[in-house]
Amino acid sequence: MSEAVSVFGQEEIARKHLAHHFDTPQQQFDSGKLGMWLFLATEFLLFSGLFCAYAVYRAINPQIFRYASQYLDAQSGLINTLVLLTSGFTMALAVRSAQTGRKAVLIVSLLLTMAGGFTFLAIHAYEYTEKYRDGLLWGTLYNPKLQDAKPDQAAIAKPTTADLNAGWQPLNLMAKRGYAVSHSDIAPAAIGPAGVAVAHKPQVGAMVAAMPQPANVQLFFGIYFLMTGLHSIHVLVGIILMTWLLIRTIKNDFGPAYYAPVDFVGLYWGVVDMVWMFLFPLLYLIR
Amino acid sequence: MSTTTATPEMAQAVAPVKNYLKQTTTIRSWIFTLDHKRIGVMYLIVSLLAFFVGGMLAEVIRTQLLTPSGLIFHGGGAAYRQYNQVFTLHGIIMVFMVLVPMTPAALGNFMLPLLLGAKDVAFPRLNLFSFYLYVAGAVLAILSTVLGAVDTGWTFYAPYSIDSGSYVVLMVAGIFLLGFSSIFTGLNFIVTIHKLRPRGMTWFRMPLFLWATYATAIIQVAATPVVGVTLLLLIVERVMGIGIFNSALGGDPVLFQHFFWFYSHPAVYIMILPAMGIVTEIITTFSHKTIFGYKFIAMSSLAIALIGFLVWGHHLFVNGQSAELDAIFSFLTFLVAVPSAVKVFNWLATMYKGAIDLKTPMLYALSFIVLFTIGGFTGVVLGALSTDVVLHDTYFVVAHFHYVMFGGAIIAFLGGLHYWWPKMTGRMYSEPWAKFVCALLFVAFNLTFFPQLVVGAHGMPRRYATYLPEYQPYMVASTIGAYLQMIAFLTMAGYLLHSLFRGAKAPENPWGGTTLEWTTSSPPPTENFIGAPEVDVPYDYSLVEYDAAIGSYIRKEPMPAVEQTH
Repeated sequence: MSEAVSVFGQEEIARKHLAHHFDTPQQQFDSGKLGMWLFLATEFLLFSGLFCAYAVYRAINPQIFRYASQYLDAQSGLINTLVLLTSGFTMALAVRSAQTGRKAVLIVSLLLTMAGGFTFLAIHAYEYTEKYRDGLLWGTLYNPKLQDAKPDQAAIAKPTTADLNAGWQPLNLMAKRGYAVSHSDIAPAAIGPAGVAVAHKPQVGAMVAAMPQPANVQLFFGIYFLMTGLHSIHVLVGIILMTWLLIRTIKNDFGPAYYAPVDFVGLYWGVVDMVWMFLFPLLYLIR
Repeated sequence: MSTTTATPEMAQAVAPVKNYLKQTTTIRSWIFTLDHKRIGVMYLIVSLLAFFVGGMLAEVIRTQLLTPSGLIFHGGGAAYRQYNQVFTLHGIIMVFMVLVPMTPAALGNFMLPLLLGAKDVAFPRLNLFSFYLYVAGAVLAILSTVLGAVDTGWTFYAPYSIDSGSYVVLMVAGIFLLGFSSIFTGLNFIVTIHKLRPRGMTWFRMPLFLWATYATAIIQVAATPVVGVTLLLLIVERVMGIGIFNSALGGDPVLFQHFFWFYSHPAVYIMILPAMGIVTEIITTFSHKTIFGYKFIAMSSLAIALIGFLVWGHHLFVNGQSAELDAIFSFLTFLVAVPSAVKVFNWLATMYKGAIDLKTPMLYALSFIVLFTIGGFTGVVLGALSTDVVLHDTYFVVAHFHYVMFGGAIIAFLGGLHYWWPKMTGRMYSEPWAKFVCALLFVAFNLTFFPQLVVGAHGMPRRYATYLPEYQPYMVASTIGAYLQMIAFLTMAGYLLHSLFRGAKAPENPWGGTTLEWTTSSPPPTENFIGAPEVDVPYDYSLVEYDAAIGSYIRKEPMPAVEQTH
């Protein structure tokens, strides 16, 4: 790095960006980086609430998640995963080229990363449109229009207590201890008329095809739209940040002596990628 | 030799360094300031205004409860709903706009870089931004109050918060912003403490207020995002009907309580930890004796912060949690009492054989110890399963909370305000008046809340607009106490305002403090210190002595040889 700093003009750039309360550019850069990491930790925690809701509701109502996740388009999800991973690579390239002062490469890799972000959002928008068309929405708006989504009335057997309890272990525990356990206390609407059809773990593929629609499928789509929606907002923010970086790059703001904003947006983009790497399997793949 | 004589002359030839209040005086220079001291002062003003509003709402509540059928809101229905709105707003304002920002954001912002020996916090612009987030959150809260005040209680429990006809979304959005303001303040403080310590300021040379602030900042950063997403979910629930907390759609209202308390229990440590930090500084300074058990106090702050994350379930003992979880949460709750007690014992040991000077800040610190101990003990009573089942949702809980939050956090804040007032404003306040108000406040506080402990134990439920006639004597005593508190606070406002305009000029070090803020002028210059501050081991009271000529403590003349090496 010291070689790069000695390049003509770099020291002036470094000094120009040094705030009055820092002693050295290095101290300023380190502070910014620690601050960014802390901010990203809060981003993870923001999502963690949703991951927690996912875990709780999946534990209580596994049948809803098994049933509903088959309506997500794993293929689009996979393409989106690849798109985001590629954009993660181009973002890393952007950071590297800012460090080495290659302006043209920086501009191109920022543009490619933005293109990746837009592609991701476009594919997501397509998925959302499909869900809207099929009425696979949250809460009261859930109104499935797919033929094969209709429950097979003949296949619905009256659920036994064992079936009901299979879903949630703590309830079993409480029942064993002699507590008066009523499902309606805790997850009242989880036991609709359709009930839990499968408590015997058959083959996954066969199960999904034969599975009648359990009650409260809208819960899954609520969580799906919340998690992917919040994530998409983060992708959008990332694109806006990159536009800002692009403008500053064109104005020659960045070089080997000062590239902190590129670095920090790179970290942010990494987190956006990483959250998706959890969302994709949890929502699209796990049955 | 010639250089040493020339230096002071040169300093005089150049314009004298102006303090942060006088450097620029336009309104613009305040609202766009990046100076942590000015931002701290702005936080202080806004949170004191909020405190005034919240206090007036408390007086309305106490006036209502003078008679069993209610003095203001009676006749049922709509009138009782108004009472609900009043106590909800009192809670929201006091928790989210007063307690959370008051000590960390107002005093913390002002004092943290000064105690650390830094020129500013790490991100001054982010600091200003978080102040405006705070203001924006407060504005949204006011707007929701004007349009249709929230009546859910400050906890926003689902399912009522989903159905309530009041402007819940606006209020919750306001609190979401307040939360992010708190996150950014915490983030700023962590980075400042990590990266802006000057040469010589090692971790274990930091004043203990900084350890407390650091622990607070960890909670702010790690807990607040969770309440952020919880409030976001509540908004989405009301606007889009997503069903996460709505049992009619398969959701679980109890999940809201878990999410809410996962933040809101650690949040009470956001309020109490910096308060403990202030008390630590005050006690060592006014005992003129080095702090007893420095590392234990520092580490107990971190321990409280960490264990504080694991106790939220004690708010749900009667809400359908399994007996196993109840027992675990109860045990962890007891555990939190240990580091808190470590602090109390260390304070007592610090005072032991100290040269105690009963100035106003010290009086506040002492009343903190008494009131916080009562609050802590009643907390253990509530943390025990068998007693909590009986006392849940009674006035016992209300009194416990006020002993900890008011008797703890606010009293310590007032101690800190009096302790650092000369440094912040450059003026002294009237010591006799201040002592009188402190004593009055102590009596009035106990008169207000001790009867509530008793009626709570007798079974009087909280949050009702009316009560059984046999509780009336206690309620009248409580209300008289609340009125006396109002008198105390108005008197305080009087003598502090008087001090601001007519008070005697404050010397550099009026109390004999040994931390860095007392080595700079009162009020400090914009850059905080002229030249790099010299960092020593903190709390070495042999280094300062009283100089009667200037009415201030001064640093003893160091040995010339030591001066040369620097």
